[in-house]
Amino acid sequence: MEFGLLLQTAANAGILTCIYALVAVGMAIVFGVMKMANMAHGEFVMVGAYCVWLLYAVSGWPFPAAVIGAIAIVAALGLGVERAIFRPLRGQVVIGYIATAGLMFMMQVGVGRIWGVGRPETVPTYLVGSVEFLGTIVGAQRLIVVPAAVAALSLLWFFLYRAKAGRALRAVAQDPEAAALQGININRMTALAMGLGGAFAGLAGGLMAQMYPVTPYMGAHVILIAFIIIIVGGLGSIMGAVIASVIFGFLYTFVTTALDGVLANIIGVIVMLVVLAIRPKGLLGSVKA
Amino acid sequence: MSKPNQRQIVLVAIFAFLAIMPLWIRVYQAEVLIILFINIILAVSFYIIAQSGEWSLGHAVMMGVGAYSSALFTSRLGIPIYASIPIAAAVAAGIGRLISYPLVRMTGFGFFIGSFAAGEAIRLTWVRMRVPFGGVRGLINIPTPETISMAGIAVDFSRTTPYYLVTLGVMAVCLFFMYRIDKSRLGDTFRAIHSDPDLAESTGINITYNRNLAFMIGSLFAGIAGALLVHRLGAVDPRTFSITTMLYLLVWVVVGGTGSFISPIIGVSVMTAVFEGARGLAEWRPFVFGAILVVVLIFLPGGLGSLIPKIQERYKKRRKPGTG
Repeated sequence: MEFGLLLQTAANAGILTCIYALVAVGMAIVFGVMKMANMAHGEFVMVGAYCVWLLYAVSGWPFPAAVIGAIAIVAALGLGVERAIFRPLRGQVVIGYIATAGLMFMMQVGVGRIWGVGRPETVPTYLVGSVEFLGTIVGAQRLIVVPAAVAALSLLWFFLYRAKAGRALRAVAQDPEAAALQGININRMTALAMGLGGAFAGLAGGLMAQMYPVTPYMGAHVILIAFIIIIVGGLGSIMGAVIASVIFGFLYTFVTTALDGVLANIIGVIVMLVVLAIRPKGLLGSVKA
Repeated sequence: MSKPNQRQIVLVAIFAFLAIMPLWIRVYQAEVLIILFINIILAVSFYIIAQSGEWSLGHAVMMGVGAYSSALFTSRLGIPIYASIPIAAAVAAGIGRLISYPLVRMTGFGFFIGSFAAGEAIRLTWVRMRVPFGGVRGLINIPTPETISMAGIAVDFSRTTPYYLVTLGVMAVCLFFMYRIDKSRLGDTFRAIHSDPDLAESTGINITYNRNLAFMIGSLFAGIAGALLVHRLGAVDPRTFSITTMLYLLVWVVVGGTGSFISPIIGVSVMTAVFEGARGLAEWRPFVFGAILVVVLIFLPGGLGSLIPKIQERYKKRRKPGTG
């Protein structure tokens, strides 16, 4: 691989890493608190993308306002799902997961019926132009993913380690019973986790809307990679999810560029299988998968 | 001891009724029943693995292993179909043994996700390798059963009614073996591992060995189901065994329940009826299935099968009002 292509691929990998990190961190927050995975998380991302398409491309809102709108709407969706599915099924890990698989299909078909399956929606670029560095050209609309992801993750870190509610959330993730004995309302914390997870999915979807075609099935492509990332990173570990995002962002981009996308997926799932078999806790996790 | 006899009579009557059904039902209905029989084998094979406590998300892919194997054996190697179906089942069991090697190290959620990953790795291999698996488009022109002439009567097994009877027969044999496994010491061992692994181990049960065995048995019968399917459809592609198919399998098992042998069979039958009845809903059907999945999991966690003992109890009470 020549140097120019290498640099270009690395830039693409960096951008992909940010998208993966936003999706996977949202999932890791949910898993950390509830020990349950949300299989419809990819569809949350898809709904976020549709929100930006509706608000920005159709209704003519400014792009940042549309993204904030997407975050709010998907966060609300997360709260609703927590109330309707996760709360009645708390403690039943596999059952809860299968229920969200049902939700996944409801959302895919529901959105597909409302806005159409065949034609992907396209969102006009918000920032026209591109940035050139050492012969590597990256479109500005793709580059804004990087500061957005860094800002969102920094805010999350600040919230989890400095705010009272964030500390409570971490306490519940570590030991729900002990946290409840300290007067922390578990129901409120699981709702907060789903809201946060939804907000991250909304942000990821909103940013993806102008990079990829918006279709009802766009979430299904993201979800497999997100699962691989949170398992390799360590279930429920946010730092692990970020590190694994970097690993897989680069692995996928380089394998796809050098060989092909299907092979990248095969390598991804095999890495996940090996990690599950040899080190079920993942890189930084404390919970056995 | 009249009860087992009664049960046997009912069973024989049901199968006899199913066997003469092609006399009056339409071709389309027979085709639906062929697929239903295949799906019953698949759902019960899933139930066998579920007895050992694990829900495999790679089970639809194991059906695909049987389908691809039998398709390749018949079309590339020229092996006759009735020989290739058992060989395909053996291949599925072998592949099942291979992927259960890492999977038995996991339980619960890890097993669930791990089995999905293992299944995807196999499925993506079919997508990726055009030789011999045909890539994304899959394989076409897979031989359908040939005409067999016996005593001057030629039966064309690629026609609906003969294939219907073959499928019914294979299903009966598969259900018989799976029922015997379920009721044997082996089935009890699987359930012991599920309900209390530590206690099971302390009584001398080799947990790893038995979990592997459950996965292998399940894969074997899933392979038979896949082989039966592929020779009916005449074509196979990787999307046939995608997560969507797996969702349907989950819906059948969740709606029926995993509490007793009959539960998954009830689940498949009821949901096939719902599926056919909901034909008018067209593209909304996956939505309906997803909704049924969520509602049943929340409000009827044991599935329809869990209602049977309750109904029996009520029936008994009504018959003997004095003793109730």
